[in-house]
Amino acid sequence: MMSQESAIRQAARQAEARPLDNRSKHLRRLVVEGLLGGGRGHIGSSMSPIEILRVLYDEVMRFDPAQPKWTGRDRFILSKGHGCLAQYALLVDKGFIARETLGTFCKKDSILGGHPEANKIPGVEASTGALGHGLSIGVGMALAARVQKRDSRVFVVMGDGEINEGSVWEAAMSAGKHRLSNLVAIVDYNKIQSYAFTDEVQPLDPLPEKWAAFGFDAIEVDGHDVEALSKLFRELRYDGDKPTAIIAHTVKGRGVPFAEHQPSWHHKNKFTDEEVRAIAAALEDA
Amino acid sequence: MRNTSLNKVHELAQKDSRVVFIGSDLGVGTLKAMKAEMPERFFMEGVAEQNVIGMAAGMAMDGLIPYVNTIAPFITRRCYEQVAVDVCVHNLPVRLIANGGGVVYAPLGPTHLAIEDFAIMRALPNMAVVAVSDAEEMKRLMDASLDWKGPIYIRLAKGGDPVISQPTDDFKIGKAILRREPGRVLMVSTGATTERCLKAADILAEAGITAGVLHMHTVKPLDCEALKALVPGRDLLVTVEEHLLAGGLGSAILECLVDCGVTLPKVKRLGLPDSFTKEYGSQDSMFETYGLKAEQIATTVRTALA
Repeated sequence: MMSQESAIRQAARQAEARPLDNRSKHLRRLVVEGLLGGGRGHIGSSMSPIEILRVLYDEVMRFDPAQPKWTGRDRFILSKGHGCLAQYALLVDKGFIARETLGTFCKKDSILGGHPEANKIPGVEASTGALGHGLSIGVGMALAARVQKRDSRVFVVMGDGEINEGSVWEAAMSAGKHRLSNLVAIVDYNKIQSYAFTDEVQPLDPLPEKWAAFGFDAIEVDGHDVEALSKLFRELRYDGDKPTAIIAHTVKGRGVPFAEHQPSWHHKNKFTDEEVRAIAAALEDA
Repeated sequence: MRNTSLNKVHELAQKDSRVVFIGSDLGVGTLKAMKAEMPERFFMEGVAEQNVIGMAAGMAMDGLIPYVNTIAPFITRRCYEQVAVDVCVHNLPVRLIANGGGVVYAPLGPTHLAIEDFAIMRALPNMAVVAVSDAEEMKRLMDASLDWKGPIYIRLAKGGDPVISQPTDDFKIGKAILRREPGRVLMVSTGATTERCLKAADILAEAGITAGVLHMHTVKPLDCEALKALVPGRDLLVTVEEHLLAGGLGSAILECLVDCGVTLPKVKRLGLPDSFTKEYGSQDSMFETYGLKAEQIATTVRTALA
């Protein structure tokens, strides 16, 4: 078991050694368009979950951009709301919002703020930003689906720093108690939070064991391996008797080599045009 | 009042499939009948108020109407960010039923008292704040709550409170009820203090002073129209509440009157000072400590008029 975990971690840690395919590059270009538009953003936090969101939106979740509130849809909550540029990239790509909107990121009348808002953006289920809220909302949505006899599934992406919040573990207990197999908690485990590496600020390991102890099927995956993610989500049992926790080992800032693994790239609020060009150029070579 | 309120949740759930009940870790047998009849809409989620509120919000986002119940400080202070962000930012029809409003839990000390709940709940955009006077009025509030669009904070009184409300009250959330026509004096009160004000008005009447009582069961949205109609022409306005003077009913009333340009008469605000409670006892003994008993209110009015 340990050797397999180590292998997954190892692979994820070395993700930067593998080239990104065109689709992953395309989605990251959209993130950069947002960064350029706003002149700011949580770049590291938005780059690490791209493949997770890509696979969910491309292959797993049921939704209709023409009817964002379609009752039968699956629900997606980006609980780590500061990584919103990743979701905005997918919402643009899927046609929920126009690509030009990215250029308005964080501007006065934009629908796209530095954290996603449900009442402004089609395809955003819950306004997030304050950490540790999304999983409880997801529990409520998964229970609502049960009460209303819908087969909707709920996917909640959390940050690793975010799960320092006690509320996450209240929600985890609740999901375990209710055996919410239609709920999937995903931890974007890039090992870095705002101040420093998670191991320094608040160590989380052994993380799969923690989730398992709360009643989840806990599964580790290389969060940049599209094929592995695709297989994992395909094979999940959404009608079983346990919720699922996916510990996705990722690289903060993935795709921008000088930002990868760098705590200082968690958030930037002053990009010069030159820096943005450097990011874009680096991405092309990634 | 608590039983009345919770039994009403059951009744509402029987007629509307959107209604669900969520408790934290309430007393043995709470809503036993509802649990037996519709277990899929009865939730007892443990001592985890942050999760309870977030979960209620998630349910409401998908069309359910959750009635959440636990002790007042734990449904307000403990999970304030969840109430603000998950419920109020999304303007969801979540109902927070708060046991032991004000100083009802006097014997249990300051951890269990809700003496700032009006202030912190009414500070949240979209939140309605209601404190009815008795169990009969609670029934009317619960009926009215079903189709209220946004969140509601419902403060419960002690229970067994004398019934002063009437079937003819035409109860509406946000609409004050004039219990006694004003003369030189108008008292404005909410929750359990309205009953004390009515008694105070009786005492004052014997002394030849006509004092009105406006029952402001809804602290937010405040019925400014009633205040604008009733305050001008009085010699004295008295606000009475089982709450800190900071940020509660009295504050809300003065904000409203000042913002509306009403010339203020002499004003006395009665409530709790800027201090955590220092004694135990009972709700009544605390009322005495803070000058909220009927006789004390009447004395305050007489002194202020002198």
